[in-house]
Amino acid sequence: MTLANPEHLGETRRAAPLAGGLSGPMLGRAVGDAFVKLDPRKLLRNPVIFTTWIVALLATVSAIAAVVAGEAAGFAIQLAVWLWATVLFANIAESVAEGRGKAAADSLRATRVDTKAKLIVDPGTGTIVPTPAYKLGIGEIVLVEAGDVIPSDGEIVEGVASVNEAAITGESAPVIREAGGDRSAVTGGTTVLSDWIKVRITAEAGSTFLDRMIAMVEGANRRKTPNELALSVLLAGLTLVFLIAVVTLLGLGAYSGITLDPIVLGALFITLIPTTIGGLLSAVGIAGMDRLLKVNVLATSGRAVEAAGDVDTLLLDKTGTITFGNRMATEVIPVPGVRPEAAMRAAVMASLADETPEGRSIIELGRNAGLAVDLPAGARAIAFSAVTRQSGVDVDGKSWRKGAVDAVLKSLKLTEADAPADFHHTVDRIARSGGTPLAVVEDGVLVGIIHLKDVIKPGMKERFADLRRMGLRTVMITGDNPVTAAAIASEAGVDDYLAEATPEDKMRLIKAEQAKGRLVAMCGDGANDAPALAQADVGVAMQTGAQAAREAGNMVDLDSDPTKVIEIVEVGKQLLITRGALTTFSIANDVAKYFAIIPAMFVVALPALGALNVMGLHSPQSAILSAVIFNALVIVALIPLALRGVKYRAIGAGALLSRNLLIYGLGGLVAPFVGIKLIDIVISGLGLA
Amino acid sequence: MNMQGWAEIALTIGLAALIGWPIGLYMSRVWNGERTWLDPVFKPVEGLFYRAAGVNPAHSQGWLGYTGALLAFNAAGFFLLYAILRMQGGLPMNPQGFEGLSPHLAFNTAVSFVTNTNWQSYGGETTMSTLTQMTGLTVQNFLSAATGATIAAALARAFVANRGEGVGNFWADMTRTTLWVLLPLSIILALVLVGLGVTQTLAASTTATGLEGGSQTLSLFPTASQLAIKQLGINGGGVFNVNSAHPFENPTPLTNLITAISINVLGWAAFFAFGRSVLAKKDVRALAVAALVLLSLSGAAMYAIETQPAPALVAAGIDASANMEGKEVRFGVPASVTWAVQTTGASNGSVNSMHASYMPLGGAVQMFLMQLGEILPGGIGSGIAVMVVMAVLSVFVAGLMVGRTPEYLGKKIEAREIQFAMIAVLVLPLAVLGFTAVAAVLPTALGGLLNDGPHGLSEMLYAYTSAAGNNGSAFAGLTANAPWWNTTLGIAMLMGRFVPAIAVLAIAGSLVVKPKLAPSTGTLPTHGPLFIGLVIGVILILGGLQFFPALALGPLVEHFQVLGVVAGL
Repeated sequence: MTLANPEHLGETRRAAPLAGGLSGPMLGRAVGDAFVKLDPRKLLRNPVIFTTWIVALLATVSAIAAVVAGEAAGFAIQLAVWLWATVLFANIAESVAEGRGKAAADSLRATRVDTKAKLIVDPGTGTIVPTPAYKLGIGEIVLVEAGDVIPSDGEIVEGVASVNEAAITGESAPVIREAGGDRSAVTGGTTVLSDWIKVRITAEAGSTFLDRMIAMVEGANRRKTPNELALSVLLAGLTLVFLIAVVTLLGLGAYSGITLDPIVLGALFITLIPTTIGGLLSAVGIAGMDRLLKVNVLATSGRAVEAAGDVDTLLLDKTGTITFGNRMATEVIPVPGVRPEAAMRAAVMASLADETPEGRSIIELGRNAGLAVDLPAGARAIAFSAVTRQSGVDVDGKSWRKGAVDAVLKSLKLTEADAPADFHHTVDRIARSGGTPLAVVEDGVLVGIIHLKDVIKPGMKERFADLRRMGLRTVMITGDNPVTAAAIASEAGVDDYLAEATPEDKMRLIKAEQAKGRLVAMCGDGANDAPALAQADVGVAMQTGAQAAREAGNMVDLDSDPTKVIEIVEVGKQLLITRGALTTFSIANDVAKYFAIIPAMFVVALPALGALNVMGLHSPQSAILSAVIFNALVIVALIPLALRGVKYRAIGAGALLSRNLLIYGLGGLVAPFVGIKLIDIVISGLGLA
Repeated sequence: MNMQGWAEIALTIGLAALIGWPIGLYMSRVWNGERTWLDPVFKPVEGLFYRAAGVNPAHSQGWLGYTGALLAFNAAGFFLLYAILRMQGGLPMNPQGFEGLSPHLAFNTAVSFVTNTNWQSYGGETTMSTLTQMTGLTVQNFLSAATGATIAAALARAFVANRGEGVGNFWADMTRTTLWVLLPLSIILALVLVGLGVTQTLAASTTATGLEGGSQTLSLFPTASQLAIKQLGINGGGVFNVNSAHPFENPTPLTNLITAISINVLGWAAFFAFGRSVLAKKDVRALAVAALVLLSLSGAAMYAIETQPAPALVAAGIDASANMEGKEVRFGVPASVTWAVQTTGASNGSVNSMHASYMPLGGAVQMFLMQLGEILPGGIGSGIAVMVVMAVLSVFVAGLMVGRTPEYLGKKIEAREIQFAMIAVLVLPLAVLGFTAVAAVLPTALGGLLNDGPHGLSEMLYAYTSAAGNNGSAFAGLTANAPWWNTTLGIAMLMGRFVPAIAVLAIAGSLVVKPKLAPSTGTLPTHGPLFIGLVIGVILILGGLQFFPALALGPLVEHFQVLGVVAGL
């Protein structure tokens, strides 16, 4: 199963602004770009495809020479065409992958209107000079009023406003931004809907969040990631091995009385070198970034995406990530002698005027039990105070209260011993399970206990089980006391927890894990999370979070959803799996190509080697051509897989390997035998060779 | 084929691995400087060496220092041996009065013994004096074997370190491996062999009366002492031209069994030593199993191939139950093919049958085993080191398929490791195919061939494969004692020995500084049948892709032609 299943979490996820399918015009643009990419200088960074380019050029020259000399050139021309097609298909793969990012960048650019900022030149008098946004410098202060677009990234120094950040996050519901604290960062390109704020500019023109976002989705300064680099080295090494194997055939062939056509040698060389993975490698990387964008996560580098696949330990904040963040009523337990319905009714009555999420959850619990009560007219709400530590409602001389157990007992002038034994047992049980007990009082009489509990989001337990199978340890971070933390940790099924955690504790934990050779991922939004975000191997900052956090992390989640880390890990793994699968497939393909081309090359001089033509290919020329055509077409056939990525399954490394080895290793061994034979039938049927 | 034959093959191959196991655990203790029961004997001697050379054995060298020491030591060994070979005529203990060697033969031979190849462009009993055999060749038999072990010892330290610095002390590894491992085992084996009838004398020759009544002069040597290290050190250079097919070197079926087993014992031991030293016995055992499976399958294939009589003989109505050409009748097919796969699977190169006389496919198996990189189980240490390179490449490609950047034995595999791994891989096709392709069109080179056609090509391909693989066996049709062959084979030996050695030590240098990662359930398991299968697949495909075209033009063509003779084509 995939982990990235939003329904699973009982959340609704809106369409991401950066996502998008592959439209007709985009494909057209990709094909156009593919031709532009034929420029050899652009191909230099891809040694395998560059090599193909050179051989295609040589084949073309020799085909032209044959035509000029008036020789039969049909075979040479076809070979040249298919070699060019191989290069082109690889380019198309990259262009298609880039296409989605480019489209997203275009739509982002459209939001970057040329704003006139209201620059405050004299803070004393508040004198304002209209200034173009691109002329703003770091540290300058601007006034942004309702209806204005925020000109650049900054920190609110004064005021509070509701801001529409849809341009960045796709979320149209406004968010509140205010001076001080973790909600003071604003992003250029977003719009103030109401009120006004004064913003101190924190980004140079051209390096704002929006600018960086555009550059990132476009892949403008994409660099090879460490693993991509290592893989390129392997592919270049294999290319050299095959160069040796093919070039030395000149000598070996000459000894055996075979004059080898250089074009045929070139064809053999191209079919042997790993053009499949070579052609798709950069597309796979871009598509990985793209998949992150689709879930509304922006990575600062491909390196971060790759690291995500390697994460061993996941630090998750309890509140808001593992639990809903608000304690919720889960049951009302009557004291002995009180009917359950009566206790429930008293609990609901005591909560009617309570607008807190906890109060709402009690009314919700009553409604689920079939108890719908509205606040009666003339009711007097008794608000919670720090002194009484209880709240409730008075109606027509009757009263209902709920509150902290010790406070309620005290106000009832009861000692601990006065309360029934069962009452104490219940209170203890709730406390031990990590919950909070509230006492309910009707007309000065204790009637029941409300069990408030940190409710774990549905599906989290299953997710953690999946993570464990993926080889990830989850550690819950909470400010709760160890008893509560332990209870919630065991209920949620996390592997470990850090209770009463301070930011320093978090930092220490990350360093300890890293010292054990583990990679750590975490998410955070507060300014005090920034050092830990920077220390973690994968640090996901929330878009709504503090500016410092957003700069410290190597990813930003535009949805500000802390559970996203799990999807990020999955995207990272998927990226690596896709690379491995295509490499395996590419190398396994070579076996069949040998059986197609080697007998074809040698059979005229050494008829005995006809025995190696196990596919029974029509003629030497059709065999060579078929192998070359298969080699080109397989790139096209695998573009969708490269873009979509091989599905990650949380079934453990061993099972995953045997599964993928079977599909891409064995499949890669068998597929070309079938493919080359079919192509041979077609081209010999058409009389092409 | 019969049960007895199968049992003989399985027993010989299996016993070598079995005996190698405890020796490997002991060898690991020696590498790690742990206490052993031979300490009282060798500790004082060892200290003497260090004091004389001014070496601090506790100083752990960086990979460059270690590699530099290795190269310098081997260079010194080369020059010393070269000098002995050239000046042999003027040196004592030369009862037959042999002359000094020609420059190209001396170069080839010195390189050959320093690189643990033991390719012999000469006939031993008609070229080398007793002094040369004992102080030149045999000394290098020890030192070149120990050199291989140092590579594995350094690599093991790199894997086990957590953000470490040095990979060990070359001089200590060299000295300890020679004193604690090679010397005692060779003494024991030599004594056993003498007891079983192998000659050990300083006398020049003896005279015997042949079956036809004529008198023969038979050369004699201190054979047993050199035979022991020739086999245990995975050297392969015999004192006699026909090597272990000679009755003085291999008199009985029992000596044949013992010497056959001893071809692979220390190769396997180095596997187990490596496993113990990197604290990953299970993972390295998986590599040993992969090698054992490939070796056994090769043995089985060879047995099947060589028990088919030549088609031409059958067509001519001659009753032949097996291909006995080039095999000793006293050993038979099973003992011959077992030796052949063992000697080519390891980088030994000693023979008890003539490899050129095998059926074409049998010859192809021999060449392919060497072309896999001499890892089944290969030389002492050099075998496991290249096997680890194979494992690293397997992990790199397949490890991606489990969704993590690849790691092996707790170390991340990145661009630098892959770069050097590919260099270690590349040098073999470059030396083998490169030189063969040139020789194939060079009249000077072709003059050395006995056969033309595909078998002639096989002779050349085999020669360069054997040289670059540091094996030393030959398709004997080739007359290699000529400037072209001696020189190019010597270069191929140097490439095949030192390029992978440097590459592996560079990998060690890169790995040693990396943090040691803790395994998790998401880590690719590198033991168990799946990984074993994977490594086997990678070895076969990688080797096959490099050498298939060349093998197609040599032994495969010959095979189909041999079949074609019968079919009347």
